[in-house]
Amino acid sequence: MTLWIAVLATAAGCYLLKFAGLAAPRRLLDHPAVSRFAMTVPIALLAALIALQAVADGRELVVDLPRLAGLGAAVLALLLRAPFLLVIVAAAATAAGLRALGAG
Amino acid sequence: MNRSALSLSTLAAPSPPVRDALGVGFAVGVSGLAFGTSAVTAGLSVAQACALSLLCFTGASQFALVGVVAGGGNLAAGALGALMLGGRNTLYGLRLADLLGWRGARRAVAAHGVIDETTAVALAQTGRADARTGFSVTFATLFVMWNTTTLVGAVATESIGDPDVFGLDAVGPAIFLALLWPRLTEGGRAVPVALLGAAIALGTTPLLPSGVPVLLAAAAALVGMGPAAKGPATDGRVRS
Repeated sequence: MTLWIAVLATAAGCYLLKFAGLAAPRRLLDHPAVSRFAMTVPIALLAALIALQAVADGRELVVDLPRLAGLGAAVLALLLRAPFLLVIVAAAATAAGLRALGAG
Repeated sequence: MNRSALSLSTLAAPSPPVRDALGVGFAVGVSGLAFGTSAVTAGLSVAQACALSLLCFTGASQFALVGVVAGGGNLAAGALGALMLGGRNTLYGLRLADLLGWRGARRAVAAHGVIDETTAVALAQTGRADARTGFSVTFATLFVMWNTTTLVGAVATESIGDPDVFGLDAVGPAIFLALLWPRLTEGGRAVPVALLGAAIALGTTPLLPSGVPVLLAAAAALVGMGPAAKGPATDGRVRS
């Protein structure tokens, strides 16, 4: 029962957090500083996410060779202007391939 | 091989926002298997696991709550941790509000879809029409995939192996990097902002509860605001 309360409370809170940004008052969004901040902030957050997904395991920083090599393959594919799906496949195949060979 | 040769032109060759969206929706949607599995392993019922995916629909927060349940931790603390991770969706919303320009009921529905993936896809498009398409198709695909795979993972907990074998752990960062790439290569302040954001998150991760490092990385956006900004506060929060 308490677990259900935690589940539903988390769900309600998550929705309200999402809604709060999307429904921010016009006057706030039109403020030049806020609008410049809003323009740039996804870049900072997504970059942070990429970095953590690459080397973090919970709160520990780890070096997982196949995972990093997969990301490296993605960078190479992007530099070669490969299409989106090919970038993703290159990352997965590199990581999976190295693991199959016993790395990491 | 070349199916588009026989095609009804546009139908068989999806536009860039649709292509991006379907790719993200399917690739990320598969990780619902991992969520369903770990939720049931942690002690949630199948119904509770599915309720989280349907109603929270923000992966990191869901994993955070389940992680606390698995560790036998305090549920209130678990919910709080999940909300810390959900806090970044508020910041995404500030950007998407202008980009999507939806109001009323449409906005209330779209709000449920304000997450990392939909923001990244919308941001990678040019113009409002493509951003809306990218957002909507990613939301729809990912919502259906994530909830289906959560159910499958939760029901089939015993038989699901380690998703890392398929390199899925490298897929997450690769997707976000691919979507951020157009912004990074167009020059300007995007690269320094991205590097600073990544550095802040990496530097604070061993010290702070999960979710907080990514939120703190928002401070990097202040660098991208240009000299005119005298920064109301350095913690990235803005007075309303």
